[in-house]
Amino acid sequence: MKIVVCVKYCPDATADRSFAADRTVDRVGVDGVLSELDEYAVEQALQVKESGDPETTEVVAVTVGPEVARAALLKSLQMGADAGVHVLDDAVHGSDAVATSLILAKAVEAQAADLVICGMASTDGSMSVVPAMLAERLGLPQVTFASELTVDGDTVRARRDGDVATEIVEAAGRVLISVTDQANEPRYPSFKGIMAAKKKPVESLTLADLGIDAALVGAGSAWTAVEAIEARPPRAAGTVVVDEDGSGAGALVEFLAAQKFI
Amino acid sequence: MGEILVVVDHVDGVVRKTTHELLTLARRLGEPSAVFFGDGADGLGEAAGTSLREYGAEKIYVVAGAEFADYLVVPKVDALGVLVQQVSPTAVLIPSSAEGKEIAGRLAVRTESGLITDAVDVQAGDDGPRTTQSVFAGGFTVQSKVVHGTPIITVKPNAVTPERADGAGAVETVDVAVPESSRTAAVVERRPRAATGRPELTEASIVVSGGRGTGGDFAPVEAFADALGAAVGASRAAVDSGWYPHSYQVGQTGKTVSPQLYVANGISGAIQHRAGMQTSKTIVAVNKDSEAPIFDLVDFGVVGDLHKVLPAATDQINARKG
Ligand SMILES: Cc1cc2nc3c(=O)[nH]c(=O)nc-3n(C[C@H](O)[C@H](O)[C@H](O)COP(=O)(O)OP(=O)(O)OC[C@H]3O[C@@H](n4cnc5c(N)ncnc54)[C@H](O)[C@@H]3O)c2cc1C
Ligand SMILES: Nc1ncnc2c1ncn2[C@@H]1O[C@H](COP(=O)(O)O)[C@@H](O)[C@H]1O
Repeated sequence: MKIVVCVKYCPDATADRSFAADRTVDRVGVDGVLSELDEYAVEQALQVKESGDPETTEVVAVTVGPEVARAALLKSLQMGADAGVHVLDDAVHGSDAVATSLILAKAVEAQAADLVICGMASTDGSMSVVPAMLAERLGLPQVTFASELTVDGDTVRARRDGDVATEIVEAAGRVLISVTDQANEPRYPSFKGIMAAKKKPVESLTLADLGIDAALVGAGSAWTAVEAIEARPPRAAGTVVVDEDGSGAGALVEFLAAQKFI
Repeated sequence: MGEILVVVDHVDGVVRKTTHELLTLARRLGEPSAVFFGDGADGLGEAAGTSLREYGAEKIYVVAGAEFADYLVVPKVDALGVLVQQVSPTAVLIPSSAEGKEIAGRLAVRTESGLITDAVDVQAGDDGPRTTQSVFAGGFTVQSKVVHGTPIITVKPNAVTPERADGAGAVETVDVAVPESSRTAAVVERRPRAATGRPELTEASIVVSGGRGTGGDFAPVEAFADALGAAVGASRAAVDSGWYPHSYQVGQTGKTVSPQLYVANGISGAIQHRAGMQTSKTIVAVNKDSEAPIFDLVDFGVVGDLHKVLPAATDQINARKG
């Protein structure tokens, strides 16, 4: 069995995230990491492997991104993935979700995976659309936003917590999955894992290797255009009072009344 | 003026407020046409039809059939794909729920159209809609447009105040053949969330949240929320501790809320929490640590113990209301 995990390199959420001059997310000037939400995808893949037949199951991490994105693969390998695939091509820069999903689809297809596992959202773009787009392109059943997942033979069963109801979703055969941060508890790489990762294979592929016309991806062919980006003005400093002998409640209620919330 | 397709969000035929917001935005761009997915054969109920007309729907496309509820996402994309072909709309507006974004993503691929997610505002432009998004936990505002295909835009709750307008609401039944290949991820069980009697979190105009600082006791948070007629939210620390259900989590991996008033109690204000509440109009915090980062965001803050401040404030509000 082969499991592909899609992992993205994202600027660290706790760092000062910013945009580059060409209005794309600055992935080079800001410290980056394996998107925290993709750790859950890697963990899920490892758990499926470990609870099935570890000897015959291979977990391959795939990323699309610049040179530095290799760090996302490395972290996945340290956690326990067996191999990495890095789609690395200057023409990819500035791709929107539609184009990213096209590139990922080709890269995943080349792997002939039985299961494809994604995170619920990337921590920078946070669109939560790439998994559904991938399923559309690959013609795979989508079992997405799984907060609890079981793989039993060739049946995948998931709990999906929607806005107004919780659904239990089932699909069979080759399936595309995305998992939420409720699905599991990602492991920390062990020392052994960190050492082993250095010897694991990482394949680097260009768009040409995947048979993708470079004119279809990148900033120039994006189907959306950013017209302006503005840093949000810092909020005007508010009033902060210290509660002494119950004064805080009174001040709070006065504020709420003045703002007509009461 | 071209048609604007608005995907209706409803619970058992009760149209949700987000749909009224989308219809209000759609009127800026063209003629709103609601797309209503009905379970089973009933199709559009009377209440839903009235509600859509009251907010300006000129047409209501009704797509009925059990498959739209029995299988995840894809059958709805099939239907919308057919409609986009037939109608050539000026834009498609979809609620920014998890499902809404997935529908939008697949529809964009299928119709070769540009996609914008999580818009907090949509305005008419010379050559198509202009959207505003709030990114990086609310740190930046981004203006964008779609430059290819049919603009497909998902819109966050509370993007606009719903405005009423009379719409003709002419009903057209749409027949879509949903192929076997779209019936692959089956919903085998659906457990509706138990009603709390409080407003829905993402729709509420006031949200009162509790975090680790509650120490597990949400009673003061709930009582304060009820005094204000508010929805209750929680931080991930509170959810992970099992103190409050995950469906009430506010933040990056929970709900995004944008109410008139957000009150954070015993919540430190981590970036992932802020991602879900930073666009709230007025922000209030109660926290015993004067250094907590949440105080950088507040319009009004109380440094104090929530177990003392909230019950006293609740009593005073209830007394004022008489
Ligand atoms: C991938 C990822 C996704 C995440 N998604 C989310 C998300 O969606 N939502 C979210 O909220 N978090 C999320 N987090 C977690 C986030 O980083 C924080 O850990 C979390 O928000 C902390 O919750 P808290 O503020 O309740 O707890 P803490 O940070 O522990 O803060 C508790 C606060 O309560 C105060 N306090 C204690 N006792 C009292 C008292 N008696 N009265 C008043 N104040 C008191 C303390 O001073 C402190 O400021 C995510 C993290 C990751 C890595
Ligand atoms: N550039 C990328 N490389 C690999 N996987 C990606 C990439 N972008 C998105 N994904 C996958 O798609 C998921 C959702 O991403 P998004 O739709 O951008 O929020 C992520 O959690 C990843 O699993």
